Amino acid sequence: MAGRIDTAFAKAKAENRGSLGVFITAGDPDAATTEALLDGLVDAGVDFIELGMPFSDPMADGPAIQAASLRALQGGMTLTATLEIARNFRQRHPDMPLVLMGYYNPIYIYGNDRFIADSVAAGVDGLIIVDLPPEEDTELCIPARDAGLNVVRLITPTSHDQRLPAILAQASGFVYYVSVTGITGMASAAATSIADAYRRIRKQTDLPIVTGFGIRTPEQAAESARLSDGAVVGSAVVDIIADGVANPASPDAAENRAVIVRKVVAFVGELSAAIRA
Amino acid sequence: MGKTNLNTFRNQPDEAGRFGIHGGRFVAETLMPLILNVEKAYKEASADKSFQREMYYYQKHYIGRPSPLYFAERMTAHFGGAKLYLKRDELNHTGAHKINNVLGQALLAKRMGKTKIIAETGAGQHGVATATACALFNMECEVFMGAEDVERQKPNVDRMRLLGAKIHPVTSGTGTLKDAMNEALRYWVTNAETHFYIIGTAAGPHPYPQMVRDFQSVIGTEAREQILEAEGRLPDALVACIGGGSNAIGLFYPFLDDTDVAIYGVEAAGKGLSSGLHAASLTGGTPGILHGNRTYLLQNDDGQIIDAHSISAGLDYPGIGPEHSWLHDIGRVNYVSATDEEALVAFQLCARFEGIIPALEPSHALAYLSTVIGDMDSDDIVILNMCGRGDKDLGAVLPVLEKLGRM
Repeated sequence: MAGRIDTAFAKAKAENRGSLGVFITAGDPDAATTEALLDGLVDAGVDFIELGMPFSDPMADGPAIQAASLRALQGGMTLTATLEIARNFRQRHPDMPLVLMGYYNPIYIYGNDRFIADSVAAGVDGLIIVDLPPEEDTELCIPARDAGLNVVRLITPTSHDQRLPAILAQASGFVYYVSVTGITGMASAAATSIADAYRRIRKQTDLPIVTGFGIRTPEQAAESARLSDGAVVGSAVVDIIADGVANPASPDAAENRAVIVRKVVAFVGELSAAIRA
Repeated sequence: MGKTNLNTFRNQPDEAGRFGIHGGRFVAETLMPLILNVEKAYKEASADKSFQREMYYYQKHYIGRPSPLYFAERMTAHFGGAKLYLKRDELNHTGAHKINNVLGQALLAKRMGKTKIIAETGAGQHGVATATACALFNMECEVFMGAEDVERQKPNVDRMRLLGAKIHPVTSGTGTLKDAMNEALRYWVTNAETHFYIIGTAAGPHPYPQMVRDFQSVIGTEAREQILEAEGRLPDALVACIGGGSNAIGLFYPFLDDTDVAIYGVEAAGKGLSSGLHAASLTGGTPGILHGNRTYLLQNDDGQIIDAHSISAGLDYPGIGPEHSWLHDIGRVNYVSATDEEALVAFQLCARFEGIIPALEPSHALAYLSTVIGDMDSDDIVILNMCGRGDKDLGAVLPVLEKLGRM
């Protein structure tokens, strides 16, 4: 059965272009803003959405996404509420792929089986769990795959060829190429290194390969989407939210939220236009 | 999965780095190939006699090992119970047990051809030890330290700078030891190919908990020989303080199969366990995943990590080494706690009765021991790990003692 992720990538491919994914953190700065942002991302033309599950100690993330997690947690966000946002989103958007991204501990505390069941019920399509390498697959990734969730793998410049079969063994949906050896929101990778990595990974899998980490501009998104099968933008979007929270355009919360959403939608619209150009 | 051979408590971790359900390798993919490299290099080094000889050379001539096992006669008389021996790792070069592990890891880094070292530090003892080893072996050293600790522990910051280390004050998150460790891991992810990360406690992803334990086990191995020589028999009890737990596992490990030896690990109860302001992950926490391993953590119902609190910056950590979590689960070690105030009383007592100014960390061990040692038999023998000296703590301790009218 082709899932929403497979369908979305097939559609972009048929349009002869790469896919665009955008990351935002659930509850940053509150659930209502996240729900409005998710609707805005769909309107702006993204192909899939990564929804971050906030964690107090995100060790693979740079300052922007760490701060987003803290804003969300200060606003009272929980994993239960994140799944609620996903469930509401699915009711409004039956086709848009939604991937949950985060760290293992909140899931472990929620309960792996319960988390998998609730994710499936909410209409989540896949999981990216940053601190679960293939060596730690048995507890969550394999049961999640068996329940029909895509397990999206991170491949990094340090993942050498001999390691790829282990990484790809349980992978489904797409694979996420972390184009810089580093944390989110850093400098972007050189085009040649992305192209080389793409060829190297392509030899070992037929799954779509998307590029992420360090993609901040429409030009970079277009280039990454051309060199691979898609681009993910996170920190640059999160920065707009951070700025909207730090420098409110209006004392009225609803109005300020609308301004943040408008700015994000405008930016993501540019990303979307660039990969379609 | 960890298989427990009922005949020994010294067969952990398994191939996957598990101590029972604890331990493991919960890290981002970027780090995974590096950690596998460290594991392979450590396995080879452990089996290499020349590596062991090199370690022994530096332990003896540079650290000053073996550290004495000292009969604390006046405190013994004061408590009126069991005979108290202090394992004097505070006499090591750099003033704490941390150097035992750092030298081992620095020699491993050297063997792997790495010349750039990173480390996290809380109180600064591990940072100073790492900066020292880097000076010794001509390596670049960068130390991550919570911004608040940089203020609290200025003498150690100055020592590190003098030794040539670069200090990164960490303001992300809550700016404490756990954030320093997050930041060191982030930096390692970014500089994965060139740098070696010397973790300071018996925690983190496999093989670190095992490696740090092995390097610190020199404490227990010596203590075992020394007490047999002094008393002709094994002790009745061991006591050590626990933050991440490296000094404690170093003392405990060689005694784990001597089941007549009772073992006590003392966590920091901060302002009291019921106050919520403490660092007692075993007594007040639940298993979870942080910094590459599963272990007991201070966390809320949503799996978010809660800040630890302790007057001792070295115990101020919301987790604990995974082997302690396992020893807690199976009941081989008794984990107890002592508050800030109890530790301060013990700090002063040790200074006045033995002329030894202890670090705040082992003051916790002494504080707990002072509540039970008086009830023990006068033939009984206790060994306490005096894992660090207190010079670094004077700035934090003296104002409090003055306020309490105890000076």
